[in-house]
Amino acid sequence: MTARTNMPLGQEAIASKGWLSAHKYLLLRRASQLFFLVLFLLGPWFGIWIVQGTLAGSLTLGVLPLTDPFVFLQSLIAGHWPELTAAIGAVIVLVAYALIGGRVYCSWVCPINPVTDGAHWLHRKLGLQKGWQPKRGTRLWIMVTVLIVSGLSGAIAWELVNPITMLHRGLVFGMGFVWAMVAAIFLFDLFVSRHGWCGHVCPVGAFYGLIGTKAMLRVSAANRSACDDCMDCYAVCPENHVISPALKGKDTPLILSPDCTNCGRCIDICAEDVFKFTHRFDALTVAPPEPTAAPQPRASRPF
Amino acid sequence: MSRVGTPLSPQRRRFLQDSARAAGGCVAAGSLLAWLARDARALPAEALRPPGALPEKDFLSACIRCGLCVRECPYDTLKLAELGVDAVATGTPYFTARDVPCEMCDDIPCVAACPTGALDPGLDNIDDAKMGVAVLVDQENCLNFLGLRCDVCYRVCPVIDDAITLETEHNARSGSHAIFIPTVHADHCTGCGVCEKSCVLPEAAIKVLPTRLARGSSADHYLKGWEEKEARGAPVVEGIIDLPDRLPGPGTDNLVAPGGFEPSFKLPEVTQ
Repeated sequence: MTARTNMPLGQEAIASKGWLSAHKYLLLRRASQLFFLVLFLLGPWFGIWIVQGTLAGSLTLGVLPLTDPFVFLQSLIAGHWPELTAAIGAVIVLVAYALIGGRVYCSWVCPINPVTDGAHWLHRKLGLQKGWQPKRGTRLWIMVTVLIVSGLSGAIAWELVNPITMLHRGLVFGMGFVWAMVAAIFLFDLFVSRHGWCGHVCPVGAFYGLIGTKAMLRVSAANRSACDDCMDCYAVCPENHVISPALKGKDTPLILSPDCTNCGRCIDICAEDVFKFTHRFDALTVAPPEPTAAPQPRASRPF
Repeated sequence: MSRVGTPLSPQRRRFLQDSARAAGGCVAAGSLLAWLARDARALPAEALRPPGALPEKDFLSACIRCGLCVRECPYDTLKLAELGVDAVATGTPYFTARDVPCEMCDDIPCVAACPTGALDPGLDNIDDAKMGVAVLVDQENCLNFLGLRCDVCYRVCPVIDDAITLETEHNARSGSHAIFIPTVHADHCTGCGVCEKSCVLPEAAIKVLPTRLARGSSADHYLKGWEEKEARGAPVVEGIIDLPDRLPGPGTDNLVAPGGFEPSFKLPEVTQ
């Protein structure tokens, strides 16, 4: 261990790339989350009706129906055969995320993401223990449970508790006590379980992960030969088990795990620009500049 | 037994433990969720679903809580239930008749907006809607029942003279007037709630209730003898002896009994 692993998280990236470049994808993601939220809020707040509805189901410009495929699937299992409009909307969303990247929804659209990101940020600042860490498969178990309960109870089960659609509907239609639920998730992620909600519990994320198993958009550790083992990417990644196979493996540098949310935090945080966004057929690695030279020790390098 | 003395492999032991833990957790979480799902079906009596809404259990399997029906409602009648505020399944559309009743739009925009069919697109005539049934719940405070001519619920009814009629009855208090009783005919009542909204009393005497509360039901085997007789043109059961009815008149205690009265006619054959 050298002193550089003890440097504050992200300092190297800011020093070598500048603050803006070291926060590029974070800013883009926040802009994207805000964009999708504002689309829905323009109508009720300013009377500009581009999009009507909520994330569960919406109508854009009076012609484009969109339906959350997980809600749609629960409805099917609960015994309702939906009208064509909802079915078309679900297929559009399904195909879009299957192509682009399933959990892109999680980090670029979902309104709960800023909440759990905030919890993680504070978690890190306070230096808290990671707490309860259920197994990786937990959210899949929960997803299956939700589908079974939908079938048995004949109701769209997850919508009774789903904080994503509740928060979104709360902002667009009226909050009620949804804020308490959001606060509970924040506290859960902060004190009970690091990355607990999005990383281990949420069946919506699990579902989108499954959709995007073969999705196009991927992060690649293309420049992995430049990695200097600072571990910053592991510290910021919300699903950090996805990094090792690509960064340290001998095979493809692509992060192919469907758990990856394509948030781009690893790209931002890396001072050596190891990571980049690419497509799943781009298995190329950047050839190391000097085939045998070890990475230059940071301490000897001028800032 | 060949296994005697060989301990179970640690992997197998671990697999069984993990599976049991996962299954147990899922059963616990699933039970909680199922309890919530049952609980969500308890729709309060004053919360009415939009026109064309499927029966509550089917509605909860169909409604994705998108709010598009709410957006299309031109009278802001519909609203989405808020978590912890309205005792309606969270995020589902409903209205409260006393606040804003359904104005029964001809084109039924809420039904047209529903992407899933939770509001049945088969409803093409708003007069066929069954959001609930109006019931005159308080005969003691209803002004018409007191013998006054309020008539507001009758006048405002969009299905006037079919869904609500005024039935006259003798006003025993004044002795010389009629009571005009607002009478709801459930076959025609859509449950729009305009009558409840318009009732002039501080608390409405006529209220729209869910059909399950508003109505009884007749047993399948019940026949109304007079209807059957008319349909057949003859008595339903042959050979019934028609015993003489005991009529008021001399020889009875009709005038002595409490509430007894002098009959308005005399039996012609009685001569004494």
